[in-house]
Amino acid sequence: MLRAAEVTCRFGRATVLHGVTLDVPRGGITGVIGPNGSGKTTLLRTLSGSLAPTSGQVTIDGVPIASVPARTLARRLAVVPQEIHPVFDYTVLDLALMGRYAHLGAFGFETTNDLLAARRALAATGTADLECRHVDTLSGGEKQRVVIASALAQFDEQDDGTARLLILDEPTAALDLHYQYEVAHLLRVLAHERGLTLLVTTHDLQLAWQVCDRVVLLQAGRVLADGPTRETLTPAHLRALYGVQVDRITHDDGDVSLVPRSLSGAAPSR
Amino acid sequence: MSAATWPPVEHQLAQRAASARRRQAWRVYLGFGALLLGALVAAPLVGSTRLHLDSVLDRSTPFADNLDAQIFFIARLPRVLAAADVGATLAVAGVVMQALLRNPLATPFTLGVSAGSALGAMLAITLLPTWTAGGFTAVPLASLAGALGAVLIVYGLAQVRHRGFSTDVLLLAGVTLNAFFSALILLVQYLSDFTQTIRTLRWLMGDLDVGGYQPLLTALPLLLVAGGVFAWLARSLNVLALGAELAGTRGVPVLTVQRLAFFGASLATGVAVSLAGPIGFVGIIVPHLVRLLVGSDHRVVMPAAALFGGAFLIACDAVARTVIAPVELPVGVITSVIGAPFFLWLLVRKT
Repeated sequence: MLRAAEVTCRFGRATVLHGVTLDVPRGGITGVIGPNGSGKTTLLRTLSGSLAPTSGQVTIDGVPIASVPARTLARRLAVVPQEIHPVFDYTVLDLALMGRYAHLGAFGFETTNDLLAARRALAATGTADLECRHVDTLSGGEKQRVVIASALAQFDEQDDGTARLLILDEPTAALDLHYQYEVAHLLRVLAHERGLTLLVTTHDLQLAWQVCDRVVLLQAGRVLADGPTRETLTPAHLRALYGVQVDRITHDDGDVSLVPRSLSGAAPSR
Repeated sequence: MSAATWPPVEHQLAQRAASARRRQAWRVYLGFGALLLGALVAAPLVGSTRLHLDSVLDRSTPFADNLDAQIFFIARLPRVLAAADVGATLAVAGVVMQALLRNPLATPFTLGVSAGSALGAMLAITLLPTWTAGGFTAVPLASLAGALGAVLIVYGLAQVRHRGFSTDVLLLAGVTLNAFFSALILLVQYLSDFTQTIRTLRWLMGDLDVGGYQPLLTALPLLLVAGGVFAWLARSLNVLALGAELAGTRGVPVLTVQRLAFFGASLATGVAVSLAGPIGFVGIIVPHLVRLLVGSDHRVVMPAAALFGGAFLIACDAVARTVIAPVELPVGVITSVIGAPFFLWLLVRKT
């Protein structure tokens, strides 16, 4: 549904993306993995329509994303940034209701429908009980789930057959192991039970293995590999990406652990 | 996924919450509105001569013979209305600047508007002390021109470095311009004579004695347009507070909102400053106080700040007129003397 064709992004003399072509198929979770500076965030900004590429094109269901009005796009595509820092003090419900911007009238307040959608989104992320709390009193995991709820609230309630796309930039980066797994579980539920299409960047290989149906490997602004997780997250690819030996250990129950080898003297080379 | 699939209880609760939020907003509007109205009626009664409302409104004596009514309507009410106008404008401009720059310490003067105004006003005091046109002296016009100049310079600078609207560049350009204009002001002051220096100093302290209804009527349409713009901006400023790029993905027309907020707040500030000089602290204290009382939703905060800002400046001006009557203190001194310690208390209390 979301497609980048020959997307190149330049900032001044630096070229961050070199003719990237990729498809985010409808349904399921697509992961974007790559080292720092490989262009993940730029790719995400381009795919969400926040950044116009220097050349190439991003299309959503075949329509150039730049030609979709912002309010229309916001009802189908929502972004969860790595971190948010609201400058003023908002409650959890306020934050969730901010997802309803594209549904509001020019001067109006939220309607019953907006409140329903916001509460439904909070319920979907398990944060309905936090409704009255102030955002700056939340723990990292709670805050991340509330921000996801705020993004979910953007979508049209009526199912008109078009896909709903949720783009998350390193959703677990700031979280401890417990919250990482909580968020990972939430992402799976959103994709597989609620039928959303998810695009996720992450540095966490284990998370990628567990939640992603497909993975795109990004290296220095180019696509190194793109395909089902099982075929892309291989020790060879990861060695090419990070210069680190990562073992893929299959346990007796079929579960897989991706474990980096301990450093043995020499610094890793790429 | 439609709302109809929700259990009716859920729907009812949402309905109740939605109307509770609306009612809460209206309670705030009406409460602060009543406060401003009370201030508007009470403030003209106090001063070096104390007036009574029943003698002011006494219909049995004609207006020409009713001294109390004359003091009320001719001497004091224009000044009180000016305080309401200026206080409301500076308070809302403060809210808008804080949201635009995503910085709770921003004020309407942060981007150099007041320094530009001051430079204009001072040049008029020094170079055109007797010039008038259509009932205006040169000072308010030059001050407005100075504000406009500062706004355009800051905007131009923010555009050069970035294709969009970089709030960092805006902030730095504004701070630098403030310093630059202040230096020019000192230079011209140093070169001008004693009476001009005193007049400039007086202007810088802020003076709500606008002399009649005419300046208020002239400023009114401009401020009403700004008010309309601000009303439209309110819901967007909420989302903008989360960050410009995220706001864009939520459907906010970010550039339009930023431009309107910048020009609206700057020009409204310019008009207010040309009416009464750069009165400090209203634009930072009132927004913070109001947020403390009503939360952070700009659709509630902005009207409340306007109403409360008006009432606050009226009260400060009433203090300025009475504290060592018959001498009238400059109102800017009162807002700062009340404002600064209060603000420090606010800072300490929060941490």
